[in-house]
Amino acid sequence: MNAFPANHIAVDFLVFVLSAFLGLELVRNVSRLLHTPLMSLTNAISSVSVVAALIVMSEPRKTDSIVLLTAVATALAFVNIVSGFMITERILKMFRKEKKN
Amino acid sequence: MLSASYLHIFSAALFILSLKWMGEVKTSRYGNWSAILGMITAIVATYLAFPFDHVPLMFAAAIIGSLIGIPIAMNVPMTAVPQQTAISHAFGSLSVALLGVAEYYQRVPHVDPFTMAVLSSEIILGFLTFMGSCIAFAKLQELIPGRPFVYKGSNVVSLSVLGVAAALAADLVLHPERQILIFAIIALALVFGFLLVMSIGGADMPTVIAILNSFAGISGAGLGFVLNSKILVVAGTLDGASGLILAIIMSKAMNRSFVNVLFGGFGAVSSNGNGVNSNRPQRTVKSYLPEDVASLLDGARLVVVVPGYGMAVAQAQHAVKELSAILESRGCKVRYAIHPVAGRMPGHMNVLLAEVQIPYSSLLEMDEVNPLFPEADMTIVVGANDVVNPAARTQTDSPLYGMPILDADKSRSVVFIKRSMNPGFAGVDNELFYLPQTMMVFGDAKKVITDITSAVKKN
Repeated sequence: MNAFPANHIAVDFLVFVLSAFLGLELVRNVSRLLHTPLMSLTNAISSVSVVAALIVMSEPRKTDSIVLLTAVATALAFVNIVSGFMITERILKMFRKEKKN
Repeated sequence: MLSASYLHIFSAALFILSLKWMGEVKTSRYGNWSAILGMITAIVATYLAFPFDHVPLMFAAAIIGSLIGIPIAMNVPMTAVPQQTAISHAFGSLSVALLGVAEYYQRVPHVDPFTMAVLSSEIILGFLTFMGSCIAFAKLQELIPGRPFVYKGSNVVSLSVLGVAAALAADLVLHPERQILIFAIIALALVFGFLLVMSIGGADMPTVIAILNSFAGISGAGLGFVLNSKILVVAGTLDGASGLILAIIMSKAMNRSFVNVLFGGFGAVSSNGNGVNSNRPQRTVKSYLPEDVASLLDGARLVVVVPGYGMAVAQAQHAVKELSAILESRGCKVRYAIHPVAGRMPGHMNVLLAEVQIPYSSLLEMDEVNPLFPEADMTIVVGANDVVNPAARTQTDSPLYGMPILDADKSRSVVFIKRSMNPGFAGVDNELFYLPQTMMVFGDAKKVITDITSAVKKN
């Protein structure tokens, strides 16, 4: 038997720890000018939780309440995806280095 | 299933690149587009890999969500981005928390202890972030007063609520079939979120928003553990790390700890600031008119503007831009001193000034701008207060002591535009008001600056 069985919890923890260190390093280097759009961007990114909604919906046991909760969660996540990316784009467009004329 | 995993790795890489590109203005828009591509990849890959029923319902949910999101994104004024961010934390965390509840019902009564522990923590974190963000929204939108709501023992009460929720969650781990517990946990998490943010004052919102951002991300990562979805773990953790870094930057800029921000009740009326100052003799300030300021601006070579939340409230950023345009046309350099906690969310002042087309090369961080103050002919403080209080350097008994500040007092003259003599958020008097080079101009920031501009034009 393999001494290190492919345990998905252990792998998830590994992914978690690596992402945490990577995220801390990446965000530490973000210019302070951009902290507001950074927040709207990460909000949109974390709404990838719609993936979770799709997975829950594909599972076998579905009562009406599960379907309802999942549909509401999907709508809420989509509000964030759409508004998060659009506001980020709106803000980033405003930043300019020198005067236009 | 397998190809979906590979596509999820691709979208994780895009999310990471997105944060990398977000590092500087030049590449930031690639950052946004790379995240959009990552999102589409993740959703399409999952859709193809996990066939599900209720497809029309899910599409309808996605369309309804988008139809709500589009007008919000198009119409929200830049001054209101903090409250928009707060409400989107509420949506995001509620979404994740509801999915946690749905997954619980999928699995009950056979939930293994690890899954149940993660699920219940994720549900607690999600619902407390939801309620906390709603309160933060209400405070920022001024639906409720921004001052901290504290009473004797308030921290003990809130922490006990959280403690009971944790105890019930532990019971649920041992007895996952006790479905009633999940409702109790949700209710307690909501109450805790309410009490937590109610007790925090308006000017601490930059830190609070960052912490709620972090919580929302971490609860998403928790759901990834339960569903064995690596992309959720990656995206949630990146979001959590981002919020954490921002919260650390914000609390460092106030020389306070997280714990102090969350449980300190800072800025409450009971804060000892007033008591300290009442021991000192009554001092008077010199009040000036916009015309006096304009005559002093004649021949100025360098002017530094210190914007604060008051600029956003008075919608004075356009007036500030007009004044700086006329000064620059006369050969005067204008620079903006941005304190990390100015405004109601991280980076808020930069966005407001970028909106009125001030080039970002003129927006300077505290470390860059502080050496400039001794050369500045004039510093104009618009709607900021505590971040320029020299008491933070010298008065060990001041609540502001130790907070890094902008050295406005070192410039040759200081113009303080204020509506009244009310103290700032920390509840302490500002030493800067009484310095010999300080000119107080009372009135609405927008009107005062417009008046200064027209007086400068006449000179």
